[in-house]
Amino acid sequence: MNTIIQVEGLQKKYGEMAAVDGISFEVQEGEIFGMVGPNGAGKTTTIECLEGLRKPDRGMIRVLGMDPQNHGHALKECTGMQLQESNLPARMRVWEALDLYATFYPRAADWRKLLVQLGLEEKQNTPFSKLSGGQKQRLFIALALLPEPNLIFLDELTTGLDPQARHTIWDLVRDVRSNGKTVILTTHFMEEAERLCDRVAILDHGKIVALDTPDALIRLLGAEERVVFTVEGSLPEDFKKNISGKIQFDIEGNRVVVHGTDQRKTPLVSEVVNQLTAQHIPFHDLRTEQPNLEDVFLSLTGRRMRE
Amino acid sequence: MRYAMKSFLKMTWMEAKLFLREPANAFFTLLFPLIMLFIFGTIYGNKAAPSIPGASGQGTIETLIPALIAMVIGMTGLMSITMTMASYRENGILRRLSTTPVSSLLVLFAQVVVVFVMTTLGMLLLILAGKLVYHVQIEGNLLSLLGGFVLGSLSFFSIGFILAGIMPSTRTAQIVAMVLLYPMLILSGAAWPRELMPATVQKISSFVPLTYVVNLLRGLWMGESWNAHLLDAGILVVMLLLGMIISTRTFRWE
Repeated sequence: MNTIIQVEGLQKKYGEMAAVDGISFEVQEGEIFGMVGPNGAGKTTTIECLEGLRKPDRGMIRVLGMDPQNHGHALKECTGMQLQESNLPARMRVWEALDLYATFYPRAADWRKLLVQLGLEEKQNTPFSKLSGGQKQRLFIALALLPEPNLIFLDELTTGLDPQARHTIWDLVRDVRSNGKTVILTTHFMEEAERLCDRVAILDHGKIVALDTPDALIRLLGAEERVVFTVEGSLPEDFKKNISGKIQFDIEGNRVVVHGTDQRKTPLVSEVVNQLTAQHIPFHDLRTEQPNLEDVFLSLTGRRMRE
Repeated sequence: MRYAMKSFLKMTWMEAKLFLREPANAFFTLLFPLIMLFIFGTIYGNKAAPSIPGASGQGTIETLIPALIAMVIGMTGLMSITMTMASYRENGILRRLSTTPVSSLLVLFAQVVVVFVMTTLGMLLLILAGKLVYHVQIEGNLLSLLGGFVLGSLSFFSIGFILAGIMPSTRTAQIVAMVLLYPMLILSGAAWPRELMPATVQKISSFVPLTYVVNLLRGLWMGESWNAHLLDAGILVVMLLLGMIISTRTFRWE
């Protein structure tokens, strides 16, 4: 596998505040690499330094073997970029935007095909301002795909979209990757990073606090299993004794949370259900909870992602 | 280089379509001046205008058309350029362009070309209507008049770029442009002959830049030489140069 992006000791300050504080990472060809973290963690600054739109104060960046500061033009010809905050003129129609931007690249893709690929055919005569949030983002992905790039940057692609539009966008990003392109994205949705990315860098206060596959990051927490259910009446004391291993009970009224981290022979959930039925305890709303990237962030920083 | 030219042509065509899709642009540049012309024409007809000193022998419409051309220049320069550029910056349209290999300067050039062509169109409509309906005569040299028109247009476009650069938002840019434009239209004699104003107002009007466009265009229309209008032309040239320097220094892409 080829290394597409190399970053070493990247630093960018705004005034006294270091937005990005000495981060290093590599991105391999064909992966979806995500940068995730709360607002102000330094994701956008990092991606804009990679795109050559911002000049880093310190550190080394190579994108496709080029320094974005010295080869910005060449880089823009062969990478696709979608910005966090950008727009097109309100009265520009979808097809006009594609037709115009296609002339900016020496070897542009056929925009009519992109229109179909991104499901914008029916909207081709719609002015930009009349598009929904999801349609605008699809158009921006189409624009980013115009240079037939091997590398595409997507900054906060699904912010402000409803869940359904978000899922559509995720499918599109997976399609883009399956065509052999490398995708770098930023998001502040942990779920998005978990579902979409091959590898995730968790950023906080301008530093990378963790970088691995989502699964590995979650495993790092020491797979805690949680079983949550509601009982009618109260839970008999016997119930606790009969469950093996080192586990904890959190009981709040009728709601019971059983959780434990140690290795067990039978899954905690089947043992809990067995005991409940054996002792004829009426229960409902039973579910299990797996830790997710949100919990990883919490355990690494001591804070919740969303304020 | 060849594809830069293609981008430029496509961009210019796109900007022209966008200009005409903005109802205010199309109305104020192309229609409104004609409406003004017909209102004045209906009131006065193209009779000699003895009440206007220095314009004896000239028809009212003949003094009015160059003034209305100046009005078009004021409106496209101050309103169209300012609004388009300020909103392109505020909405991140320029920023989106900066992610492509094409130079963002392209959109500036395309803008100048389109607004110039539209201003010219506004002028041609006025002249055409004047000729067909009121049988006006252009006494002066056409090329000379065109030269004055180019100078006046570009110097006002540069003011538009300055406003777009220094105003914090599209909304403020619009308000400031209107506050500058409306008194200017009245004081400069673009909408109403300056000679009919009281002496004090006439003095004030010499501080209004559009006055010099009106003077220059009216003079050239009547067949006066550039020499007779060195002051007007000089002030416009200085405005253009200052405007170019200030707007390139203050212009922001984001």
